[in-house]
Amino acid sequence: MDIGLFGQYLANGVMLGTMYALVAVGFTLFFGVLDVIKFSHGDVLMLGSFTGFTVYIGLLSLGIENPWVMIAAILVVSIITTAALGAIIARYLVLPLKSAPPLNILLITLMLGTAIREAVRLFYPDGSNPKAFPALLPTASVDLGGFALRADSVILVAAGIAVIIGLNLVINRTRLGLAIRAVAQDEETAKIMGINYTMIVLVTFAIGSGAAAFAGIMNGLYYNEVNFGMGLLLGLIGFCAAIIGGLGNIYGAILGGFLFAGLQTIGAVALPFASAYKDVFAFGVVIALMAWKPTGLIAERSSDRV
Amino acid sequence: MTHSGNRRTLISAALAASLSLSFANGALAKDTVKVGFIGPLTGGVSSIGLGGRNSAELAVALRNQDPDAKYEYELEVLDDECKPNVGVQVATKLAASRDVLGAVTHYCSSVAMGAVDIYHKFNLPVIVWGAVLPDITYGNDYTEVHRINGTMINQNEAAAKFMTDQGYKTWAIIHDTTDYGKGHNEYFSKYLTENGGEILGTFGVTSDQQDFTAELTKIKQMNPEVVYFGGLTPLAVRIRQQMDKLGIEAQFQGASGLKSESYFTGLSGDLAEGTVTFLEGAPAEKLPGGEYFMAEYEKEGYGESFEAYGPFSFAAMNLLMDAIEEVGADRKKVTEYLADVQEHASITGPVTFDEHGQNTVALITPYVAQDGEWVVWSDSAYADGTRTLTGK
Repeated sequence: MDIGLFGQYLANGVMLGTMYALVAVGFTLFFGVLDVIKFSHGDVLMLGSFTGFTVYIGLLSLGIENPWVMIAAILVVSIITTAALGAIIARYLVLPLKSAPPLNILLITLMLGTAIREAVRLFYPDGSNPKAFPALLPTASVDLGGFALRADSVILVAAGIAVIIGLNLVINRTRLGLAIRAVAQDEETAKIMGINYTMIVLVTFAIGSGAAAFAGIMNGLYYNEVNFGMGLLLGLIGFCAAIIGGLGNIYGAILGGFLFAGLQTIGAVALPFASAYKDVFAFGVVIALMAWKPTGLIAERSSDRV
Repeated sequence: MTHSGNRRTLISAALAASLSLSFANGALAKDTVKVGFIGPLTGGVSSIGLGGRNSAELAVALRNQDPDAKYEYELEVLDDECKPNVGVQVATKLAASRDVLGAVTHYCSSVAMGAVDIYHKFNLPVIVWGAVLPDITYGNDYTEVHRINGTMINQNEAAAKFMTDQGYKTWAIIHDTTDYGKGHNEYFSKYLTENGGEILGTFGVTSDQQDFTAELTKIKQMNPEVVYFGGLTPLAVRIRQQMDKLGIEAQFQGASGLKSESYFTGLSGDLAEGTVTFLEGAPAEKLPGGEYFMAEYEKEGYGESFEAYGPFSFAAMNLLMDAIEEVGADRKKVTEYLADVQEHASITGPVTFDEHGQNTVALITPYVAQDGEWVVWSDSAYADGTRTLTGK
């Protein structure tokens, strides 16, 4: 394989990995603070990208055409809306069920995800058809020996990685992050120490959902297409990535995201059988990894708590 | 005695009078019979399904306005979501309700494949209005199953010939791994090889895949002149979009499942321009009854376009109602009638069913995407040389 082609595969994989990691970070945050699995995460992401698309149409009708202004507006509105939605889900669906069996939360969010998906399909104008998400980033590309490196891809990956690093800094370096980690480790003690438990849970869900919205916009800008079903597979893959990385560990989620993207690329490219089986291959390896390390590659330190 | 005898005559006279009255009523009000329509009304290909449903509804509405019709028709519409599991459920629901005499069913081949067994089991005569997989009619000997549109065999034979005639030599094939996509791959590959085309690589993809960059990067390395996609519009939109991202400069060619208006709403910029696809039959305006169909469709003021298969759905529904008019409200008799359909007039041209219930039309029309709409090849700026396909 020549170097240009290798570079192309690498770029594709890094792009996918960044998106998966952003989704996985959400799963891992929710699990970390509340020990819940929020299955509506993928559909919240889809809602984020549709919100962005709606903002774009709104801006167009207002006559604003500067792409940077548009991207900023799309990101701000979409992330805030989706973060608010995440907090609302946490407040009214997840927290009330906190003492119920975890299976109930899993089921209720699974159903919520379906409801969101179907609502977009049925109530968004012409929602059942794919929508052309605008290409707002510069599309200039450099040809590096058969490998077209595009400016928009570079910007997207850089922004995605910046968001992941930023989240990591928030969790590990700020007072808010300290509070989140305290709640994650021991809810009772955290409360005794004067941490507003409900607020921290809501903020965590808002952060996770905001990250999903960012991934959704990134997805839209990269593929230039959004559809109501996009969250389904992304959510599942993000969840798998969080699991193989070690649910509850933010580095694990990032590692898991890139690992899954790598597996998919290898499955489609390097294996002798047809590319149709790339997901079978990727999920198969995930199963094997889980059998090998049931708590994930980087296990959550406090996963042994009762 | 005489008194009671008188009373008896009186009663019987009254009875006779009331009986004759009820007969008279029967002759005035027509019996209502039910017919069904199944298609994808939600989901990625719902625009085609809604167009088909509207067209079937139109056929029923027009028939009900006809004073010569023997029955009043009631249409039961069900949504198969283009998912085989849902399709089997709604097919069972329709087939199991005894007052439904026949149905016009399915756009998605994978759904139709699952449902034909049910129609056979319940003896419900159906006419497929859009699914193109040959096995739907040819893979069984169910007398209940008919199809008004052509199959992907005819379609791909014409497509392979057309594209090799344009001078293309090398192809990369992407197909979704449903029965529909696999069938297209099989027949297109077969006829392409016969016509001297070379296939550099074949890629199966799942029907909800989002990212195709791995497959497309491999295709870029192969450097084919044409990328052929056997599948439906939502995936085609993503593939075409990502071809551009990776800088693949090849002609994009689709199959019947691509010819939908949503191809243009899903693609940004002028990426759609120049895409070629093929469809059984001819565009509505070129069909024998096309003018009439389009005028009536316009009159009803439907919110959605009738799309590629609307005329077929309309023709299928009319054929079904013709059968009921002729033989009465009996599923078995309708099936027998449909078995002998020869040169039956319809807006899509004369319909003749072969022994498998397959309409033998082999009319295939090539289309090209030009300025945001599907234009019949012979009418396009590409045919007269004003514009050229990629690489020509």
